[in-house]
Amino acid sequence: MRNLLIFITKYNAFFLFLIFEISSLLIYIKYNSFQKATFINSTNKVTGTLYTQVSQFYGYLSLKEVNDSLARENASLHGQLKSAFYIDSVEKRKVVDTVYKQQYTYIVARVINNSTNKRSNYITINRGSKEGIAKDMGVICSSGVVGLVVDVSEHLAIVQSVLNKNTRLSAMLANNKEIGSFIWGTDLDPKKGLLIDIQNDAQPKLGEQVVTSGYSLFPTGIPFGKITNLHAKGGGLLLNVDVTLAVDFSKLEYVYVVNNKFASEQTGLEAGQKKNE
Amino acid sequence: MHLSKLDWRPGKRKMSRTILVNAIRFLVLVFMQVFLLKNITFYNLSTPYLYILFILLLPFEVPNILLFALSFLLGLTIDAFYDTPGLHAAACVVLALVRVLFISITVQKDGFDNEPEPTLSIMGFRWFFTYALVLTLFHHFFLLNLEVFSFTEIQYTLSRVVLSSIFTVFLMLISGLLFFRRKERK
Repeated sequence: MRNLLIFITKYNAFFLFLIFEISSLLIYIKYNSFQKATFINSTNKVTGTLYTQVSQFYGYLSLKEVNDSLARENASLHGQLKSAFYIDSVEKRKVVDTVYKQQYTYIVARVINNSTNKRSNYITINRGSKEGIAKDMGVICSSGVVGLVVDVSEHLAIVQSVLNKNTRLSAMLANNKEIGSFIWGTDLDPKKGLLIDIQNDAQPKLGEQVVTSGYSLFPTGIPFGKITNLHAKGGGLLLNVDVTLAVDFSKLEYVYVVNNKFASEQTGLEAGQKKNE
Repeated sequence: MHLSKLDWRPGKRKMSRTILVNAIRFLVLVFMQVFLLKNITFYNLSTPYLYILFILLLPFEVPNILLFALSFLLGLTIDAFYDTPGLHAAACVVLALVRVLFISITVQKDGFDNEPEPTLSIMGFRWFFTYALVLTLFHHFFLLNLEVFSFTEIQYTLSRVVLSSIFTVFLMLISGLLFFRRKERK
């Protein structure tokens, strides 16, 4: 026993190393498989408050760009208003429209923490469960798709951005509606994405838009980006297509969280079908 | 015995000063890492992790248990901001072990009295450069490989390790020269 104690005190650095290393690896393995559901992340009180303060300061630096993008978006929205269209029938009647019911609502949020230079990039936004944000909602901005909500606290939420090795979204070619999957590019470039598993006979063209399909949490037709390069996948019937992203992730400022009112109904229905099989 | 009694007061004051300096260094390095360096990168290959300078500059006499506990704490603090619980903590604990080994090989124990801290101005350029380079390489190698967690991209990861280490050591030398005090050099 005495010899053991002497042995331990002589090599105390090594034993201390073992204790701390094992505990940190345990933390690493445990919490990273639980999709960040832990208090050591940027939605907790201290780090969340700090990030909010600093992002308020950074907000001033980019006011001009934000104003420009908001003005552009306003202009395009004005173009969709009823008053922007010429009405060529004289008679006007007011009807209660029962054909269209709102399926998607949007919650505006500000980005308070963002990264583009890691393998798994996450964005923190300043809206949470109190404002109606829940897990698995889609997130877009004025220029295109941003990502998915993965974790929500009362006032903040974490978004897994498109620039993440785990993100895989349903996408299609804008012209001929050919369906594929959208993932981040292989070389961790924050400006490039990859549209995979397109049928070989789809004949995509350079410069064609890649947009969301209706099979995902997003409304149909939200842009991912434009096709810049085509290359066939070795020996298969499927094509891989390089896409330049429409969203500049390093300059994200305001985003919209998409609330699909039928999402829970759809997942419930599909889960029930799976159970029946 | 008599001498040590006389030295007790100034020693105590010196110790509290060391604690204060290190606490300020901890806060400043964490702030710089999280709000400035986190956003700096060259082609997604070279990202500096300057915060490990805190562990490098701890005094020689720091007990091993405190060294490991502080490294673990520093790692967890960075993890809280990076959303990677445990990752930086694990890398920092490895760094602490390498520090203990490196110092026990290159520095004599009796030299601690007039060389309290392993800074650039006290230890000289050659020793500090080797020290910083070896420790940074170990830390970055462990950190980036643990983050990727697969051997399929080993070539890409290794190039990230080397390029990031160059960037980090460069920043360390700059900060060493910035706080260079000539009179401490013998």
